[in-house]
Amino acid sequence: MKKNFVLSIVLIITLAMLMGCSNNTSTSESSAKSKTLSNISTTAAFSTDEGSKAAVSRDDFDMDTILTRLDKSMLSNYDYSRLKDKNITLSVCNWGEYMAINQDEYFDVNREFEKLTGIKVNYKTFATNEELYSKIKSGGGDYDVVIPSDYMISKMIKEGLVQKLDYSNIPNFSYIDKDFVGLEYDPKNEYSVPYTWGIVCIVYNKNMVSKEITGWCDLWDEANKNHILMFNNPRDAFGIALTYLGYSQNTENKKELEEAASILKQQKNLVQAYVMDEIFDKVGGESSAIAPYYAGDVQTMIDENSNLDFCIPKEGTNKFVDAICIPTAAKNKEAAEMYINFLNEIQVAYANCDYLCYSTPHTGVYNLFDDEIKANPLRCPPDEYLANKTEVFINLSDDTNTYIQELWNQIKIDKSKSPWLMPAFLLIALALTIFLNIRRSRKKKQDIF
Amino acid sequence: MKSRILAIPYIVWMIIFTVIPLGLVIFFAFTSQSGEFTLSNIIAMNDYLDVLFRSIEFSVIATIICLILGFPVAFLISRLARGKQGTMLMIVILPMWINFLLRTYAWMTLLEENGLINRFLGLFHLGPFNLINNSGAVILGMIYNYIPFMILPLYSVMTKIDGNVIEAAQDLGCSGFHIITKIIIPLSKQGISTGIITVFVPSVSTFIISRMLGGGTNDLIGDIIESQFLGNSYNPHLGSAMSLVLMVIVLLIMSLFNQFGSEEAVI
Repeated sequence: MKKNFVLSIVLIITLAMLMGCSNNTSTSESSAKSKTLSNISTTAAFSTDEGSKAAVSRDDFDMDTILTRLDKSMLSNYDYSRLKDKNITLSVCNWGEYMAINQDEYFDVNREFEKLTGIKVNYKTFATNEELYSKIKSGGGDYDVVIPSDYMISKMIKEGLVQKLDYSNIPNFSYIDKDFVGLEYDPKNEYSVPYTWGIVCIVYNKNMVSKEITGWCDLWDEANKNHILMFNNPRDAFGIALTYLGYSQNTENKKELEEAASILKQQKNLVQAYVMDEIFDKVGGESSAIAPYYAGDVQTMIDENSNLDFCIPKEGTNKFVDAICIPTAAKNKEAAEMYINFLNEIQVAYANCDYLCYSTPHTGVYNLFDDEIKANPLRCPPDEYLANKTEVFINLSDDTNTYIQELWNQIKIDKSKSPWLMPAFLLIALALTIFLNIRRSRKKKQDIF
Repeated sequence: MKSRILAIPYIVWMIIFTVIPLGLVIFFAFTSQSGEFTLSNIIAMNDYLDVLFRSIEFSVIATIICLILGFPVAFLISRLARGKQGTMLMIVILPMWINFLLRTYAWMTLLEENGLINRFLGLFHLGPFNLINNSGAVILGMIYNYIPFMILPLYSVMTKIDGNVIEAAQDLGCSGFHIITKIIIPLSKQGISTGIITVFVPSVSTFIISRMLGGGTNDLIGDIIESQFLGNSYNPHLGSAMSLVLMVIVLLIMSLFNQFGSEEAVI
C-alpha cells in the first residue's frame, strides 16, 4: 500500500510538473508577446516623431499626439452627426488585428466614431476571406461593412453579395491614390474603397541561411532543407510556384497549373511545415529560417527580432489589396458609408496604417510618412517593381478553383484509386453498427426471460 | 405523465437544434450544388480516404495510450483518502481551466526546434531533436488534451470498488497481476468503455491540434471538413458528406463499446 502511495505521488508530481510547465510557458509566452507588441508600437511612434520635419503636411498635425488623440478640427468638412438620433448599430466585420482599436498607444477608432456620430459600432473579426464569404453567403452574418481582399471582392461582386457605393457620401474617397482606383477586381470601382495593400515577400533569418536570398528560388534550395515554411493555402502557394515558373498567377491553363503542382510536390521534401499565422512563432522563435508572407506582417516580425531580414523576390510577386465593401444585405447603408468616410479621414487612416505596418492607398497618409518609411521597400515598394513585377489576384472560374484545390490535395495528401471504396466503407460501417445493436437488444431480451 | 411534461422543453430544443440540423447534413451530403440527388460527394471523399484512416489511426493510438496512462492514475486516486481525492482530481482537471487553443499553442513553443525542450537538452549537448511537425506530436497533443476525459469516468467507477474485495482476494493468495486482471478491470469495464468513447470521439474529429503540431502535412479529417466550410475550398456538400461518414464511424465505435458496458450490467 505504501509503495502504491509513493508511486502515485511520483505520478502526480510528474503530471503536475508537466501541466505546470506548460501553463507557465503559455502565460509567460503571452506576456512576452504583449510586451514585444507594445515595444513595436512605441518604437513605431518614436520613429515618426524623429522625422517630423520631413513633409509639409506633417506640420499641420501635432505629431506627438496624432496617434493618441483624435484632433476634431482636422477632420474633413462632413456632417457626421446627421444620423445621431436614429439609434443605429453598425455591424463591422474585419480581419483580426486589422484596426487600431483597444490599443493603449492609439485612440480607439470605433469609440471615436461612436462619439462623433452617435452610431454604435458592433465590431467582429474573421480569419480568412472564405470564412467571411460563407458567413455572408449563408445569410448568417448581418454585416454593414466588410473588408475582404481583392479576389474575394470580385467573387462577391459577381454573385451580387456586395452593393454599389454612393460616393457622394464618401467624399474622402478623393484621397485614394489613382493607382488603386479601378483595379482588376472592381474595374469601374463602384463597390469598394481600398483600405490597405501590400505584397507577398520573403522573411528570413540572417544567421540561418548560408547564401544571399534573392527570390522564390531560395524556397526550393536544398541548402535550406527543413527550415523552409510555406503558405498553408492553395491560392498563395500556387501564386508563388506560378511566378517562380514565370507564369501568370491568375492562369487558368491546366498545364501551367500542373507544372506548378509538380514543383510544389518537389518542394514538399524541403518544407518544414505548411503554416499561416503560426509563422510568427516559428520564424520569430528562430525554428525556421525562411518563409514567404505578407509584407506588413514581415515588418512586424523584423521589428520584433533583429536577426530577421526581408527579400523582395526578383521573380515578381503578388500584390494584394484589402478594400471596404457594403454587403447587399446591409441594413444601414448610409451609416456604413459614413463609417467608410471616417476611416479615410487622414488622422484615422494614419493611425490604422501606423498600427498595421501595411502599405496605404491613402495619399494623405503617405504625405505624413517620414523619409525612413518612404524609403522602406516593405512599406512603400518601388514603383517600377510594382508596375512590372506584381500581379493582383482576380477571381478564377469555379472549375479552376476546384482544380487547384484538387492539385493541392494531391500535393498534401496521396490520393487513392478506386472510386467505390468510400461508399462501400460507409455501408459496411453502417451495417456493422446495425448488426451490433440488434444483437445487443436480442441478447437483452434473452437475458430477461 | 408529469415527467413527460418536464421533458418537453428539452425535446423541442433537441428537435430544433439536433434532429433538424442532422437531417440537413444528410440532405446536403446527398445533393449537388444545384440540389439534385447525387452520390458524387461520397465518392469524392475517396480523395481523403488516407486522411480518414490517418485520423482513425491517430485517435486509436491516442485512446490506447490514454487508457494505459489513465488507468493506474485513476485507480491510485480512487484508493486515496477522501480529502486527498478531491485535490488530486483537481490537479487532473486543472489544465482544462485553460483554453484548449492556448494549451496546444504552449506545446508548440515547447516542441519547436528552438523550443524549451530542445534548449534544455542543448545544455547537455544533445539534439536538437525533431519533435514537432510529425505524427507523434499530433498524437501527443491529443493525449494531453483528452486524458482527463479518460481519467474521470474511470475514477468515478473505481471509487465504487470496495477495498474489501481486493483485500479478500489478497487474503486468498491472489497475485498482484491477477487482482488487476480478475477484479479491477472487470469491475471498471463500464468506466473503460465510457473513457474510450469520450477520448476517441473528440480526437477523431479534432482539427486544430493537427494544424498546430502537425505542420500542415498531417491534416486530419477535421481539418478537411473545416476547410470545406470556412477554408479555401468552400463546398458545404462535400463537407456534409465527410461529417456524415465521420458520424457513422463514431456511431460504430460507440455501439462497439456499449457492448462491453451493457454485458457488464447484465451480469
